[in-house]
Amino acid sequence: MKAIVVGCGRVGSKVAKKLAKAGWDVTAIDEAEEALGRLGEDWPGGFIVGHGMDVKVLRDAGIEEADAVVVATNGDNTNIVVGQVAQKRFGIECTVVRLLDPARAELYSTLGLRVVCPTSSAIDVLTEAVKSCSVRPQATTRAG
Amino acid sequence: MFVLVAGGGKVGSNLARTLLRGHEVAIIEVRRDRWEALEEEFEHRAILGDATELFVLERAGIARPPDLVVAVTGDDEDNMVICQMARDHYGAAKVIARVNDPRNQVHFDLLGISATVSATQSIMAMIEHEVPEHELIHLLELRKENLEIVEVQISKDSPSAGKRVSSLKLPVGSRLIAVMRNGQHEIPDPETKLEPGDQVLAILEPGKEDELRRVLLKK
Repeated sequence: MKAIVVGCGRVGSKVAKKLAKAGWDVTAIDEAEEALGRLGEDWPGGFIVGHGMDVKVLRDAGIEEADAVVVATNGDNTNIVVGQVAQKRFGIECTVVRLLDPARAELYSTLGLRVVCPTSSAIDVLTEAVKSCSVRPQATTRAG
Repeated sequence: MFVLVAGGGKVGSNLARTLLRGHEVAIIEVRRDRWEALEEEFEHRAILGDATELFVLERAGIARPPDLVVAVTGDDEDNMVICQMARDHYGAAKVIARVNDPRNQVHFDLLGISATVSATQSIMAMIEHEVPEHELIHLLELRKENLEIVEVQISKDSPSAGKRVSSLKLPVGSRLIAVMRNGQHEIPDPETKLEPGDQVLAILEPGKEDELRRVLLKK
């Protein structure tokens, strides 16, 4: 099984490594050559320097044979467009897009994109963490 | 009509100014220095913020929704996302996008954002038009109508040089519409003879360029 990871930052590089460890044939794409360093010295997969909006770069990475695409660059709008290119142009059903803005994440989920929003997850976790503390908010009464 | 302009640079601000004569306009700009200048001129119609953020769009009135949304920021991804959200989520009647890098045109097409304007592309065509030696230039694309107008220059080696229009095997779906010679233009009829140096305008369906090139230009 082949996976492409677009954006090899903190998130993308770890996803790439975990997938590779799980037996996937992974190719990572990043604009910066230095990003290869995040994959470690024993990186078994491929690495392409280029922009995810560039169809040639996606082709060089092997998107035509890919079974899954993960899009996690640091730009939400870039991720939205690249995700749709993978999904609609190359027909990759398993396309997962990381978006930081919860509002756009919700909107694009309704438009048929598979979106993961770490910000929403953090909001939920933080809220739950506070709720699970033993302290309780006092009921406020208004002086009439 | 109510027009929402995303991007307040040279294109956006001049567009807003023109539209204000007769239309209701809101213009969004993310850079504070630019927004300050816009606010002086457009007052409450200038909104500060990132036009790809939903709350910024909503403050500018996207939920009404506008009759027209024009995305003219300097970033193609932003323009695509603005148009897509405006049309598919808020129901804007019409969207127009600026294409900064002509290589991104395919992505706009993929997302069905069909009304696009590319200054880079237009400037390239205009410059090529002025270059004496050229092959085939795209002057105008009517994407919706599925037609385009191209210009070719006949040289003395061209197979069409010295031939009458009626004897050329022009591809189906193409027609010569003007022949420019010595600064004069002529609407060609079947008897018109092409000569070296002629600039010929043709209207054709996209995809017929290669066939047309072969008939008129192939050496």
